[in-house]
Amino acid sequence: MNCCGADGMADEIAGKSAAAGRLKLREEQLLLAAHRTGDGMLQSDFLVPGMHCVGCMTKIEKRLNALPFVDRARANLSTRRVSVCWNGENGSAVDIDQAITDAGYEHAPFDLAALAENDGESTGRRLLTSLAVAGFAAANIMLLSISVWAGADPATAQLFHLISGVIAIPAVAYAGQPFFRSAIAALKRGGLNMDVPISLAVLLALSMSLYESLTGGQEAYFDACVTLLFFLLIGRTLDHTMREKARGAVTRLMGFAARGAALLQPDGAVHFVPISEIGPGAHILVAAGERVPVDAIVVSGASDLDRSLVTGESETVPIGKGAEIEAGTLNLTGPVEIEAVRTAEKSFLSEIIQMMEAAENGKAGYVRIADRMAAIYAPAVHILAALAFAGWLIATGDWHQAIYTAIAVLIITCPCALGLAVPVVHVVGANRLFRDGIMIKDGAAFEKLAEVTRVVFDKTGTLTLGRPEVVRVDGNAAAFAGLIRTLAARSHHPAAAAIAKLDTIAGTVLAETESVAELPGFGVQAISGGKRVRLGRPEWVLEISGGGKKTQINSNSVTAFAVQGALPILFELTDALRPDALEAVTALKKSGLQCEILSGDAPGPVADAASRLGISDARPGLVPKDKIARLKELQSKGEKVLMAGDGLNDAPSLAAAHVSMAPASASDVGRLAADLVFTRESLSAVPLARDVAIKAGRLVRQNFALAIFYNCIAIPLAMAGFVTPLFAAIAMSTSSIAVVSNSMRLGLMRSGAGSNPGYETRAAPDLSQESAGHGREAAA
Amino acid sequence: MNLLIVLIPVALGLGALGLGAFIWSLKSGQYDDLEGAAERILSDDGEEP
Repeated sequence: MNCCGADGMADEIAGKSAAAGRLKLREEQLLLAAHRTGDGMLQSDFLVPGMHCVGCMTKIEKRLNALPFVDRARANLSTRRVSVCWNGENGSAVDIDQAITDAGYEHAPFDLAALAENDGESTGRRLLTSLAVAGFAAANIMLLSISVWAGADPATAQLFHLISGVIAIPAVAYAGQPFFRSAIAALKRGGLNMDVPISLAVLLALSMSLYESLTGGQEAYFDACVTLLFFLLIGRTLDHTMREKARGAVTRLMGFAARGAALLQPDGAVHFVPISEIGPGAHILVAAGERVPVDAIVVSGASDLDRSLVTGESETVPIGKGAEIEAGTLNLTGPVEIEAVRTAEKSFLSEIIQMMEAAENGKAGYVRIADRMAAIYAPAVHILAALAFAGWLIATGDWHQAIYTAIAVLIITCPCALGLAVPVVHVVGANRLFRDGIMIKDGAAFEKLAEVTRVVFDKTGTLTLGRPEVVRVDGNAAAFAGLIRTLAARSHHPAAAAIAKLDTIAGTVLAETESVAELPGFGVQAISGGKRVRLGRPEWVLEISGGGKKTQINSNSVTAFAVQGALPILFELTDALRPDALEAVTALKKSGLQCEILSGDAPGPVADAASRLGISDARPGLVPKDKIARLKELQSKGEKVLMAGDGLNDAPSLAAAHVSMAPASASDVGRLAADLVFTRESLSAVPLARDVAIKAGRLVRQNFALAIFYNCIAIPLAMAGFVTPLFAAIAMSTSSIAVVSNSMRLGLMRSGAGSNPGYETRAAPDLSQESAGHGREAAA
Repeated sequence: MNLLIVLIPVALGLGALGLGAFIWSLKSGQYDDLEGAAERILSDDGEEP
């Protein structure tokens, strides 16, 4: 029952933490994330994204529970977390860390309190409890009501009504609160939402029924009040669960970011401190493979810097003493000591966050379809009820009859089906997307996605995977395969990883070498058979080779390998396109959308990617401000833009666009700014999400049509005074069930079927394979 | 009619018992990890929690 081997990663982590100094730092980092529980224990929480099945859970739990100082360890598969309660006095956090590593899982500590998630969880619980209370009340009152409708004698009927009332009043007082609060908030703003007629109908029906029961009347609507709340709470709970699920999945992706840094004290000691304690002038150590925590200047050491998440540039930049580096960039090849020039809040990152906030403020408030509906529906219902009241008062002069009819109109028009129309479709749609690894953050994104007229892509990391791939080998690489693999394995540089993955090189026997060393900014060098061998920048490699010159085609970067005196081997690398990128762009264009690239990269690679994808409109070398300006320009022309991007530099445009998507590999800020996050590598997520959104929009409109059709029949009957509590109960349930069943059709639909046949024939087989693969994975 | 005086409290009491049990199970965290609970049943280990 072991479906997931993360051994390679575990080895790497073990290797990294080998040095004693790093262990101490790790301990400090872990203690920083832990918090004290009530009984004097420490609780540490870890994210373990690789945990997939019961085998993983028991493996981790067993390892942790075997530690003498661990009180209890519990894995949570839904949230991919492990929570460990342990005795802080006789144990060390590093042992816990090591136990999870030994079990073979990549993991990251995180601070539960920092996520402030308890708040969201308690809202979910409150909704579930309300749902249970409403369900209990609805079931019991319905039982009593049925005996009344079946013809109980008047004395029994009145007794049953009174019992119903005793159940209904506390139930409505408790379970109705989410609606009452929202209605009051809407009225305070001077507007109307769906919750206003709901609250009004429930409260009026409750008080009228109470009056009727106490005065010996024959009809009471207690059952209608609570069933209404029950149905509506189902919609609310589903809506909430969907958002929680997406949020949980997004936070699961976070947490791997540095929340602290290794601070070098003046006395030479190194401590792991929270990022907020780092001020200008602080000296920080950044190891190879770590992200730079704040804007800084390099004091000593040399390395290569991957700036792709920050600027969108796909090529790595060599850095040395005196170089200015931005927060968020990735240090690739060598450890460096840096001096902070700004605090974390004032670093490059925070500039981006400010731009994002500005972009969000400038965005016109989007009014959700349900609220637009409510703006018409609520006043209409209130006017009709008032008309019924006035009409009956004039016609019969009977106050009691007039009030009774008006309330019946309010109850029968209570937007039960309307309240379910939108959330059920969106939950089914979100689950449909979830199956294909796409997380949607809220229902509004569905509505906005269906309106999109233009798709704007970032290049590095979005259209491409953001890591290089070898496209051409110049020379006989197979002859030196073992040697090349040995050198490539030594480096963190993405180019080395790409070369090690080549068919001719992967899996070959490692060669005997001596004194292997990585020279940051140049490459890897070793001695083999008494000769120097080098893998790295062509200029540097060609120094030792016998002849050969750097030949560069297009804008692709070149990495060279040579044995001293021999002819060099050149590897031409390019940033690989995402799988299905061409298909996705073609599908989008076929369904009538304009596609465009806005990139921070150099013109060469951008033009190359654009021509491979058949996108005519590509703009290279843009900084975040330019991207926003372009989006504003498009929006002023009335275009609704879907922005797909991943980097920090894209975050403001993700926030500014009508709707936005980011891959799971995106920067934390980018992922948080995006409305949708896709976790698979394939870019087909973009047309798929749009497709589901269009279908969801269609189903929502159908649901509204159903609900309005129901009202067209029910309102005249109610105004004519024919409505009885029995009729109300049947009519309301029927309309709700019709709406829910219609919404479920979205989950049954096959991917790709429907609106655009071009996309259907092309992408459907891929997608079905993908979901089949996912099914297997889940079953394993 | 006399029967009702017994039956109705019994029916409501049972319903309330069910509601109470649900709220207790919710509060005691039994719904916190539905995926995990579904998987744990497949574990062969008797002593696992």
